[in-house]
Amino acid sequence: MIPDLGQYASEVLVAYGATFFLLAAISGYSFWTSERTRKRLADFKNRQMHE
Amino acid sequence: MSFWKFANPNRFNRLVDRLVPYCTVLAVILLAVGIAWGFFLTPDDYRQGSTVKIIYLHVPSAMMAINIWIMMLAASLIWLVRRHRVSSLAAKAAAPVGAFMTAIALITGAIWGKTMWGTWWAWDPRLASFLILFAFYLAYVALWTTYEDRESASDLSAMLCLVGSVFALLSRYAVNIWSQGLHQPATLSLDKETNIHDVFYFPLLASIAGFALVSLTIVLVRTRTEIRKRKIEILHCQELSP
Amino acid sequence: MKGLLVKEFKLTIRSKSGFGLALAFYGAFSILVPFGMETRLSALQSPAPAILWLGAVLSVLLSLDRIFQQDLVDGSLERLATTPTPLEAVVVAKMIANWVTAGLPLCALAVFLGLLFGLPLDERIWICVSLVAGTPALSAVGTFGASLSLGQGRGGLLLPVVVIPLCVPTLILGTLVVNRAAQGLAIQTVFLIEISISLASFALMPFASAYAVRTNLEYS
Repeated sequence: MIPDLGQYASEVLVAYGATFFLLAAISGYSFWTSERTRKRLADFKNRQMHE
Repeated sequence: MSFWKFANPNRFNRLVDRLVPYCTVLAVILLAVGIAWGFFLTPDDYRQGSTVKIIYLHVPSAMMAINIWIMMLAASLIWLVRRHRVSSLAAKAAAPVGAFMTAIALITGAIWGKTMWGTWWAWDPRLASFLILFAFYLAYVALWTTYEDRESASDLSAMLCLVGSVFALLSRYAVNIWSQGLHQPATLSLDKETNIHDVFYFPLLASIAGFALVSLTIVLVRTRTEIRKRKIEILHCQELSP
Repeated sequence: MKGLLVKEFKLTIRSKSGFGLALAFYGAFSILVPFGMETRLSALQSPAPAILWLGAVLSVLLSLDRIFQQDLVDGSLERLATTPTPLEAVVVAKMIANWVTAGLPLCALAVFLGLLFGLPLDERIWICVSLVAGTPALSAVGTFGASLSLGQGRGGLLLPVVVIPLCVPTLILGTLVVNRAAQGLAIQTVFLIEISISLASFALMPFASAYAVRTNLEYS
């Protein structure tokens, strides 16, 4: 399935791996903080409504 | 219907809420198509062998690294002139994304350089200016983190972005005088005959579009987070002093 | 303006970390570096301009802390910001004072420090000249950095992180002038660009710097 990468196989795969890792890290972190702040904001609003 | 109406944080957030699912799906599809096309379906270069496949990561991330800084500059200017809070927060949200893109460009470039030039790093103008760009991203992020809890952060970082842009450009020309390059000239240009072959060109375009959309999505999500954070802060202050 | 300048000079000279300190640091740094290298003077010659320039950048970086600190602590910065004198003028005075007390002495010292690296006289003079032409930019950029990190108190790491990238063009062109002169190459273009960076920084950075000071004062 993986095409024949010849003598540079490891370099190419490392480049792809590093890129995917960094992209996943920044997007994962961004979505995670987004969800967390959304919940915190909702909590705040709920509390203020009940008071 | 004006562009400026999204300067209202609530409206902006509602827009982002609506856009993010589409953007995410489209970004993933484009990135997958571009990279799968490039990785599985394109031939090896007769000189570079399979390392030519790194182009689908290197060129788009390098473009995004520069474009995100330009976007931050535009957002900072809008903040300085029109005082729209969303604009300042968008610049703040974009900086780490730009830093990551610069890092990706540097890492993939180093791997490529190792195979083609026989060295991880060379003091070539393009490489050096990317390192300088990375330093500017770090300085910008550092300024925001130091002043995280203060009102002055937006103004100060906008000013740094402005001054930094001038100096980044200056450095770009200074390193050009300073060293002759090892790096090849621009891969993509509209006016030259020597563009890369179509076989590589179309998957590259797809990959660039993918990187652009991924960056856009992350920046939008992060801006929304920043707006929410400020809302929480304001609510918190209201609770403390009714 | 003249009064401002006189006041700035007096302040710098009186302050404990006055102008001897940056100079002492420059000397210590330049003496230290050869210990990490080979002892042959011929091996020291080629990196010498870079080392002397780097030392200058670091000494100027160290002198930045004091630019606003005294005025901030005794509240005179707030007073200066409310007087009819534009804050930009105050910042220009501070930049000039910083250059004269921290930048210029380095240029003179560099002529002698060059001896440690076995540099011939004409190359030492070129180092001095390129430092004279380049250090104003360092002072201007540094003052901007200092006004950005004004609200952060003393000894923060923010200042160098912000200022170092801004020093890059000056450092590149400054060392380039010396290296090209040493090799007998044409230096006119490079030298003129270096001077223009200094002049442009002195002309434009006060506005950015004063904006940052004002912002910091407003919100503190």
